[in-house]
Amino acid sequence: MEKDTQGTLWEVFVQANPGIPHKHVGSLHASDEEMALQNARDVYTRRKEGISIWVVEAKNIKASSPEDIGSFFEPANDKVYRHPTFYKVPDGVKHL
Amino acid sequence: MDKQKALFQYCLRLADSSLIMGQRLSEWCGHGPVLEEDIALTNIALDLVGQATAILNYAGKVEGKGHTEDDLAFLRPEREFRNVLLAEQPNGDYAFTIARQFLFDVYQYYYYQSLQKSKDETLSALSEKSLKEVTYHLRHTSQWMLRLGDGTPESHERVQRAINELWMFTGDLFDMDEVDALLLKEGVSIDLKEVKGKWENHVAELLEKATLQLPVQTFMQAGSRAGKHTEHLGFLLAEMQYLQRTYPDVKW
Repeated sequence: MEKDTQGTLWEVFVQANPGIPHKHVGSLHASDEEMALQNARDVYTRRKEGISIWVVEAKNIKASSPEDIGSFFEPANDKVYRHPTFYKVPDGVKHL
Repeated sequence: MDKQKALFQYCLRLADSSLIMGQRLSEWCGHGPVLEEDIALTNIALDLVGQATAILNYAGKVEGKGHTEDDLAFLRPEREFRNVLLAEQPNGDYAFTIARQFLFDVYQYYYYQSLQKSKDETLSALSEKSLKEVTYHLRHTSQWMLRLGDGTPESHERVQRAINELWMFTGDLFDMDEVDALLLKEGVSIDLKEVKGKWENHVAELLEKATLQLPVQTFMQAGSRAGKHTEHLGFLLAEMQYLQRTYPDVKW
């Protein structure tokens, strides 16, 4: 593969409205934080998509790998009691 | 000269500077050094063309001859354009474009800040709206000036050369004539001598941070207030106005 000469890779998270979480919208190239922030503004919020932006250098994200699926996520399959709907609320319980 | 004629001229100066700078920047569309910067430059171009559209619309009303913003943009000859000389200078390399834009952004920033207080409600409102856009443009080009100036020997040399070559067009930004005198008295226009002081301080401070040399005082080109331009404007207009000139009244 050819060497990437466009700076480091950053992941962009945009908050669409107050009070809701920042959501991952994509990535871009930049050589420093301020450039990443400005590029994110220009590339991802031109159509009023957001009110706040986070940029994180992609190398700082530790991601799970596909091999982890078995040990990470499958054990949760048979543990329905972890859902609140599993429990019946006894009659007469207040303030729930 | 009466107030109406002066105001029309004044609007043309404001609008044409934004329009021609916007047209120059739009030449980068699809040619930016990286995708992100390509979008950033065309965003700025669109902001500037938007400013021009709004002010030319108002200019047409002030003129009172039924001209729309499109008539004024696409059907005036070169000598009737009142954009500052800086705006029409060709893009050159990327450092040249950034340096030209930076010098212009600082100018617009203090210009609109001052024009917000105009007694003309339309100009005041347009200035307030445009200032938000320009504040971002200035932030963007300031960062690039620092990056290029304090970057590699090659980027430093290129941006220094750009500043040196552009310097002779910066005097024209602040020239005042009877249009300014008349409208200044009416509280409509602004004192460009004040803008000049702020512009000089701001530019000097940033150049120092960017490890760049402030050019020595040199001969200053003048003439935009009277429609006297460098040779570059004619070529720019030939391209910009081609469609309307070739197919009059064609609609998109």
